[in-house]
Amino acid sequence: AEVEETLKRIQAHKGVIATMVINAEGIPIRTTLDNSTTVQYAGLLHQLTTKARSTVRDIDPQNDLTFLRIRSKKHEIMIAPDKEYLLIVIQNPCE
Amino acid sequence: MEIIYVYTRKRSEFGRPCSFSDRPATVNVDIPPDPSMASNFILRDPVDSSVQHTSDMSAHEVNTERVEVESHGINHVEGGWPKDINPQEMEQTVRFRKKVEKDENYVNTIMHLGTLMEHCVKQNNAINIYEEYFGEEDAAEVEDEPPSAKTINVIRSLFDVLLSKRDPNVTKRTATHLSWHPDTCRKLAVAYSSLEFQQNAKDMSFESYIWDLENSNKPELILKPSSPLVSLEYNPKDSHVLVGGCYNGQMAYWDTRKGGLPVEVSTVEVSHRDPVYGAIWLQSKTGTECFSASTDGQVLWWDIRKLSEPTESLVLDITRKGLLENALGAISLEFEPTMPTKFMVGTEQGIIIACNRKAKTPPEKITSIYSSHIGPVYALARNPFYPKVFLSVGDWTARIWSEETKESSIMWTKCHLSYLTDGCWSTARPSVFFTTRSDGTLDIWDFLFKQNDPSLSLKVCNEPLSSLRLQDNGCVIGCGSKLGTVTLLEISSGLCTLQRNEKNLATAMFERETKREKILEARHREMRLKERARSEGQATEVEEMLLEDPQEVLDRARQEFFEVIEAEMQKRTRAEARGLFSKIKDHMAAEVAMQEEESQLPKDKEEEEEEE
Repeated sequence: AEVEETLKRIQAHKGVIATMVINAEGIPIRTTLDNSTTVQYAGLLHQLTTKARSTVRDIDPQNDLTFLRIRSKKHEIMIAPDKEYLLIVIQNPCE
Repeated sequence: MEIIYVYTRKRSEFGRPCSFSDRPATVNVDIPPDPSMASNFILRDPVDSSVQHTSDMSAHEVNTERVEVESHGINHVEGGWPKDINPQEMEQTVRFRKKVEKDENYVNTIMHLGTLMEHCVKQNNAINIYEEYFGEEDAAEVEDEPPSAKTINVIRSLFDVLLSKRDPNVTKRTATHLSWHPDTCRKLAVAYSSLEFQQNAKDMSFESYIWDLENSNKPELILKPSSPLVSLEYNPKDSHVLVGGCYNGQMAYWDTRKGGLPVEVSTVEVSHRDPVYGAIWLQSKTGTECFSASTDGQVLWWDIRKLSEPTESLVLDITRKGLLENALGAISLEFEPTMPTKFMVGTEQGIIIACNRKAKTPPEKITSIYSSHIGPVYALARNPFYPKVFLSVGDWTARIWSEETKESSIMWTKCHLSYLTDGCWSTARPSVFFTTRSDGTLDIWDFLFKQNDPSLSLKVCNEPLSSLRLQDNGCVIGCGSKLGTVTLLEISSGLCTLQRNEKNLATAMFERETKREKILEARHREMRLKERARSEGQATEVEEMLLEDPQEVLDRARQEFFEVIEAEMQKRTRAEARGLFSKIKDHMAAEVAMQEEESQLPKDKEEEEEEE
């Protein structure tokens, strides 16, 4: 229930286009987009997060990745990684 | 010299005990310094010598064979569902999801991640960290960086190289014409052919390629005409269509969506009889008209929907009789879309013909003739900013002409040591143009900056450069060489951004030079009239003068020629010794030279009057 609320709150923020929760196997647990797009994001962003995390830890083994933001021309993809799940939010940041 | 101290004792006194006594020091030998001996010394030059003890090393280079890489991608379609769940079944997947959502770990993780995410989302909404904080500062004074250009890509028709691994006789073909894709400027169509007369090896391939700059190892499309292409142009309106002129005189057109074979080829009987050196698209409502020129002396207009016969033709006969026997062979063609009825043809005989397409009778089509170069006019281009001014490239010089003065060019470069093969104006700056030479050098000229020398001279490759094309944005230039290598260079921004007063200065310069030429022309005409009047009255005297002159004239010419060569060589050695001179000085010298020229003009007139 709290999970629901949190996700709804995030989705309600200004500029947020989509929210997704994906598990470590690439299965979308909860998403506001259609399945095929979600699965595409899942596959690609999971690899990217792993790569980013390994980069951070290579430079300093005590360090770890907490957040990943990808800003593109059209919007910003924000990824909050965890060991098992990924929370992905796509937002349009321009005022 | 020896210093000896002798101590004697009698033999009978040997063996007696010694009795030592002290006495003050006495000088035994005093050798004063002899300055005359100093002259025997040879002062040694102080010499730096270094000693190092290292082991001998030698350098080796290793280069691996080029690896062909291809890009592949995988598209994820469905996630990694556990084995027991069938992803197609809706209820199974829904059940799985519900199970996960009940997991405590899930709840905790999401709460934690959720707060993190919210923080960032709010941050984004609060401030746009990438906004422009300081509005466009007026571009700071462009630093006087030396003009430069760097090679960004070299396209070697590796296909030829790969083929040559199996068959070493594959001939290298010249890249005779380049054409940039009109919209994206990332694709380049290159026409390859061998222009050596009757040297076509039997296994020379006829193909021409369209290259995509992202992937310069393999051509994006291979065009397969029935005879090698000498010229190739993209249609500026429809970027899928290209027209090409073949070595055997035919015209062919391609649609890139339809593959590498030409969609239609013109029939041999009505085509040209020599290689088609120039093929350009015309501005028309249908966007399907083009015209072509060749060394057989004809200019033909075509509609590509019907290539079985030309729509119009013109014979380049300057006696205006339309006889093919008298016609001059065309080597280059020029057309400016802003002046759709006029075009210019450069011929093998060094004459530029300006023509008007809309003239009523064929003889009137040829409007004016410029006798320009000693050899074929390899390139003609109008200045995109000043359509009345055009550039012609041929023999050892490049000349700039104004349409009004027909007798001589308004500006010209000095004679180089090698032939000039191609040239074009810059699309960004009215005073910059490029030329290529047969020793593999690309020259960039900026005549507002330096008139005598190119402002940048780059050795692109060791073989002659055969063609040149500037991309529409004016920053990237492609050069094709005799062995088929296409080099792409990016020129420094100083040479492709409009300077502050450039348009005014260029206009002023062109007008001034045109005026000078007009004055000279008028002067010449007057002189000729006077000559004619005089010779009619004094015919015999003139004949006698002529008889004794030839030998003297010859000697004088020879002497002058050698003097010029000597002066040139001395100047060159001096210039090399001096090294790089400051630009400002050059610029100022150029200004002074221009002013001197102006003052020389009235002086010239005075001299001529005196002669009379």
